[in-house]
Amino acid sequence: MIEPPAYLLLSAILFGIGVVGVVARRNILIILMSVEVMLNGVNVAFVAVGSYLGDATGGIFAFMVMTVAAAEAAVGLALLIALYRIRETIDITELKVLKW
Amino acid sequence: MFLGNLGSLRYFLPEIAVTATILLLVVLHVASNRRTSAAPALLSLLGVGTAILLVGVSPAGGGKSIFEGMAAYDGFAVFFKGLTSLATVVVILMSMDSTELAGRSQAEYYIFLLATLLGMFLLSSATDIVMVYLSLELVSIPSYLLAGYLKGKEDSVEAAMKYVVYGATASGVMIYGFSLLFGLTGSTQIAEIGRSLVAGKATLPMLLAAVMAAVGFGYKIAAVPFHMWSPDVYEGAPTPATAFFSIGPKAAGFAVLVRFYYTVFASPTPGTGIWHLTTSVDWPLLFAVLSALTMTVGNLVAVKQNNVKRLLAYSSIAHAGYMLMGFVLLSSAGIEAILFYLVVYLFMNLGAFYVVVLVGNGTKGEDIADFSGLGSRAPFAAVSLAVFLFALTGIPPFSGFIGKLYLFAEVIHRGVYWLAVVAALNSVVSLYYYARIVKVMFLEEPKDTAALPVPAVTRAMLVLLVAPTLILGVYWEPVARIASNSVKMLAF
Repeated sequence: MIEPPAYLLLSAILFGIGVVGVVARRNILIILMSVEVMLNGVNVAFVAVGSYLGDATGGIFAFMVMTVAAAEAAVGLALLIALYRIRETIDITELKVLKW
Repeated sequence: MFLGNLGSLRYFLPEIAVTATILLLVVLHVASNRRTSAAPALLSLLGVGTAILLVGVSPAGGGKSIFEGMAAYDGFAVFFKGLTSLATVVVILMSMDSTELAGRSQAEYYIFLLATLLGMFLLSSATDIVMVYLSLELVSIPSYLLAGYLKGKEDSVEAAMKYVVYGATASGVMIYGFSLLFGLTGSTQIAEIGRSLVAGKATLPMLLAAVMAAVGFGYKIAAVPFHMWSPDVYEGAPTPATAFFSIGPKAAGFAVLVRFYYTVFASPTPGTGIWHLTTSVDWPLLFAVLSALTMTVGNLVAVKQNNVKRLLAYSSIAHAGYMLMGFVLLSSAGIEAILFYLVVYLFMNLGAFYVVVLVGNGTKGEDIADFSGLGSRAPFAAVSLAVFLFALTGIPPFSGFIGKLYLFAEVIHRGVYWLAVVAALNSVVSLYYYARIVKVMFLEEPKDTAALPVPAVTRAMLVLLVAPTLILGVYWEPVARIASNSVKMLAF
């Protein structure tokens, strides 16, 4: 059996990849995917801790996170399509109708 | 002692009323082919009105933990439920007036509005990190849709897209912080986490958890540096939705912020009304710095805005900064000051947005230039807006002054002088940009001198919003008493 620290390290790495993706990429589709990677990093941590403690809460929390992630992706993609119809681009640096 | 699921239902009536209304609206939306009728608006008014009544007559004896410890039923939650549903009623009336939303599907709009309200109810009573996360998302996801409701209009969709990206990232960071807390303590109950952390020694993960949770909550209340979404969203969203974002989710964000940090990272000292830190994480200092930054950035950037909605967005960021001052003091008087300020802010801010909707309907614009000569075109609306703006500045005898007085008095009482000085300087800056709108309204010649029509309902609503703004400036004691009673029941 692999000890929890290994899983927590994996979780931190996944989360880090997600954060870098959100910050560095310009394609909104990729940014939304990076957010999913972040959330999956969180899921790994919850499941690992839950199984280590023999507590089902961790796994249940992971399911909740997945549900929310699906809802968020649905709304995000719907808006992305609405945006693409108007702008014909999904590059986040092109979103500058509104700026200070 | 946790109440079981069935036993909790009688403490859950406002939420049930709102849920039932949402379901009815869905049925109505499917059944009716007249997408623009006023029925959904009236139905949601009825639903939220029922919720307010149920909040008002809710059973006494606070401090109950309902649904097996998922949520709290206490005066603090009841206060925020009342506040957010009151704001929703005003926003529904404002939406009925707005020409921006006319011609678009009505039922869906009100479904999103009420779903956000349900999320705010749950957020202000959540006592379990699972519940905090789910209700935060229940506030966020319908908000994205509200912001992008003017589909086909470039800035509305762009605002919503930015909102989704910021919101999803911020809540992702927050939940990573929660996973650290779960790993450290093995519990998802915030009270239990607080008790376990007292004995804990792992400083770095705790610091990370505190900071990461601050990202999620800070995004919800639009505190600098997590405020970047808010000006764009406020400008792009339909004006009634903007008014809603500026008070509803912000108030609920403050509720969960206070409940979370005061339970997890602090513990009350019995009999003094003071909390003490239970861990070595100095989060009050972190939030004091955020508070100073938030009000300074909000006010300084507001100075050079030309779009009134965007100006009010920065103003609302600045006000979040003022309210954060009460949060860092670790005293019940500080929280009381936040609650009182939120009540005052509700009336003056929604009032200001009401006039923006009115002017937007008449001129199809929201720039400061569109307000020129409003004093002669619609004197009553112009005078009301002037009252709201001076109240937002915090000038006596308006209610905003009393709100600020409570905050400043407690900041000085707890000896955080530097923060009081920063806030006082900020208030001076804010006078400049609020007064600029007043000057344009009364001293500049309008391009179009025709009188601006003010419908009777709008007039009545303005009176209803001006009255508390003036009355709370001279007779505020009842509201202050409600606020202080609501804080007393915070701990359970």
